[in-house]
Amino acid sequence: MSSTTAPFLPTNGIRKAVIVGGNRIPFARTGGAYAHSSNQDMLTAALDGLVARFGLQDQEIGEVAAGAVLKHSRDFNLTREAVLGSALSATTPAYDLQQACATGMEAVIGLSNKIKLGQIDSAIAGGVDSASDAPIAVSEGLRAILLDLNRAKTVPDKLKILSRIRPKDLSPDAPNTGEPRTGLSMGEHQALTTAQWKISREAQDQLALASHKNLAAAYDRHFFDDLITPFRGLSRDSNLRADSTLEKLASLKPVFGRNLGNAATMTAGNSTPLTDGASTVLLASEEWAQANELPMLANVVDGEAAAVDFVHGKDGLLMAPAFAVPRMLARNGLTLADIDFFEIHEAFAGTVLSTLAAWEDEEFGKTRLGLDGAFGSIDRAKLNVNGSSLAAGHPFAATGGRLVATLAKMLHERGHVDGRPARGLISVCAAGGQGVVALLEAR
Amino acid sequence: MSTPQKGSRKGGGEQADKYTEFVSRGLGRDLAKRLGLPQPAILRRYEPGAPLVEGPILVLGHGTGADAVAAVLLEWDQDVRRHATPKEKLGAIVVVLDELAHPDQLSAPIRELGASVRDLAKNARVVSISRPALIEDAPEVAAARNGVDGVVRSLAKELRAGATANGILLANGIPAESASAMAALRFFLSGRSAFIDGQFLTASSTGTGTDGSQPQHDWAKPLEGRVAVVTGAARGIGAAIARTLARDGATVIVVDVPAAGDHLAQVANEIHGTALQLDITVTEAGARILDHAAQRYGRLDIVVHNAGITRDKLLANMDAARWDSVIAVNIASQLRMNKAFLASSHFTQNPRIISVASTSGIAGNRGQTNYAASKAGVMGMVRSTAPLLAAKGGTVNAVAPGFIETDMTAKIPFATREVARRLNSLQQGGKPGDVAEAIAFFASEAASGVTANVLRVCGQNLVGQ
Repeated sequence: MSSTTAPFLPTNGIRKAVIVGGNRIPFARTGGAYAHSSNQDMLTAALDGLVARFGLQDQEIGEVAAGAVLKHSRDFNLTREAVLGSALSATTPAYDLQQACATGMEAVIGLSNKIKLGQIDSAIAGGVDSASDAPIAVSEGLRAILLDLNRAKTVPDKLKILSRIRPKDLSPDAPNTGEPRTGLSMGEHQALTTAQWKISREAQDQLALASHKNLAAAYDRHFFDDLITPFRGLSRDSNLRADSTLEKLASLKPVFGRNLGNAATMTAGNSTPLTDGASTVLLASEEWAQANELPMLANVVDGEAAAVDFVHGKDGLLMAPAFAVPRMLARNGLTLADIDFFEIHEAFAGTVLSTLAAWEDEEFGKTRLGLDGAFGSIDRAKLNVNGSSLAAGHPFAATGGRLVATLAKMLHERGHVDGRPARGLISVCAAGGQGVVALLEAR
Repeated sequence: MSTPQKGSRKGGGEQADKYTEFVSRGLGRDLAKRLGLPQPAILRRYEPGAPLVEGPILVLGHGTGADAVAAVLLEWDQDVRRHATPKEKLGAIVVVLDELAHPDQLSAPIRELGASVRDLAKNARVVSISRPALIEDAPEVAAARNGVDGVVRSLAKELRAGATANGILLANGIPAESASAMAALRFFLSGRSAFIDGQFLTASSTGTGTDGSQPQHDWAKPLEGRVAVVTGAARGIGAAIARTLARDGATVIVVDVPAAGDHLAQVANEIHGTALQLDITVTEAGARILDHAAQRYGRLDIVVHNAGITRDKLLANMDAARWDSVIAVNIASQLRMNKAFLASSHFTQNPRIISVASTSGIAGNRGQTNYAASKAGVMGMVRSTAPLLAAKGGTVNAVAPGFIETDMTAKIPFATREVARRLNSLQQGGKPGDVAEAIAFFASEAASGVTANVLRVCGQNLVGQ
């Protein structure tokens, strides 16, 4: 399939990188259907489903890149191991990468760039996360003692080192979503941002409800038939509540920002739950897709990363996309009005609404983005039209692949708008005050 | 110790059932003999590279048809006898009766056949070649021709040790050695027909090329270069069909409902095909399959309608949901998809449609009025779709499985299952692969003159024909 070597330097300028399609396993709430599945199990299953969909058995793919946010140290070569366990050719190279919740996005952008440069002809980008099968570390004290023990040579030395263990050393160190520099959880950070941008409880609940309704409707019209392969008895995202109502959402008690009093608006209903899952996206050059008679859904036009100083500055932890999107669109000579579909990752309903509020804010546009006024507003009918993370769930590194494959299919179905290919924008916020965004175009 | 192969999957039910294994050797064999218990044989099933028949083939009949058939068998490098040698074990007996005109003429060849029955080896084959009795035939001609039916079906019940008897019916004007009849003969002689007993295939046209030449066949890879779609392919019979078509050289698109997608992906990866998750009852199902086939392979040649459901209930207790869902999945979807296929420019090169029917649709089954209606409906559909496909040089046939060992039948309570699987001449359940072999035969180029057939794969189940 990829027996021809790609030219090292494109002779004809930069090539196009196209999205052929994607595959993910349904996302499961942590402790549910995938409670006993490892990251490698899930990533392998997602890869095998992609291989089956596109007939890639025993094919050598240019490169596979994926990652996990919550990762065991033994999984240092997670993606390569998943490739070896999959139906792909064992001669397919792979690497791990990690950029928190933007891992999947960065995998797509990085591999697309390699395709554009002619370094590879085909690629699979992916991501996986399990909060169920998360690594648990021993305490720092015990870790130091065990390492010393390993270095000790005599029995008396070993016994002496073992005698240093105290009961407090034995409590394990479980992973958490707290920011190392602030000690605040992601939810607590977003609660501050949500309050800062004066996002109402009702607006957040409405966004959450729309996410569930849109995702359920997409399932009902068989939209996901060629985007998802069932796993461990699950054929739909287990977090989806098709019968959710505003009343039910309104009845939930706030879980983040409770110290804010009446300004506490973030509940379990308008925040994403911890989730397990994996996703993959098949990328290719036009030539490779054509040679293998594969569909071409959309082009990966551009990508952009940004970061904010959430520790000392005034921007919220998850506000980096508010800066990345204006930069990327300006570079492409576009405005928000030129975009036909927006996929803004719903880490929390408040994240999406704070980002939109910032873009609509004249002050923010002038002082932070260096524009003449507000960056702009978007038509809500174009936002997350097939549901997003609030309904589907958010296995950190797997969300990028879900968004890219879903948007590519939507763009392909839409085809042209006003005589030009439909355009879609993806925005994903990430821990550490980061954000990665991408621009896709229909084929 | 064996190393697990990547993407490999243990084929379900590849071994004989435990009882069959027990009575096939040693103490179990002696015990079964003394107690008069059923002694099912371990059947000879096709494997690539295996000989067509294990032993010499005796060709009976004295017309030019018999000579021509013997000549074809010689071309296939078979060990052919025109006269029986007493005590010599025979792999098969072919009785050519294409010139029968009166029941009196049955006596000589059939008694000659009888004289050699005791010399049949294990898993031997008896195949008759004759003509169907038609309304326009003279009464004595029709009587003679229909008599063959009784002979074959009765002899099938007399044969032991995995041997079977089946027949080929030649439409008027078709010579015994025509390509389509010889393709059917080869199928019946081979291990591909292991679980087919007491059945007839009709060759309705010669099956030769338009210039009258005999087509060249690669008997090991009869489906090489062909593109097939199999519905309901995630498990059981559907998965076996996909594997068999792929083994015979076809590129296979496997289809099943999205909820079965994980098993479907495994099958696709095992056979190097592509998985298409699709609910076949949606209006655009045919178009979705055609789009996928056209995009990936530029064509579609073989359609296997295997997907089916059961919603059993006595008619008195049957609700609309049970009735309607069975009709929708088992027959209405096929009718709708066939319309799309027949209208497509991608389904034009010797196209094949094969539907999976059921013996329930032939003999009826208590609690299955809905299922039997759908499966009998499939048989009706097949017969009247044949002329539509003939216009494109294609064929349409159905296969009616009897008791087949699958995950589904494994759920039948032990005693009921044990009785059900012994209620046929071979005294055992069939394998999913047995159904698949019959489908692969209908799909092959060699069977281009075989259309509008309903072939039972049931070990000659005691009910129905």
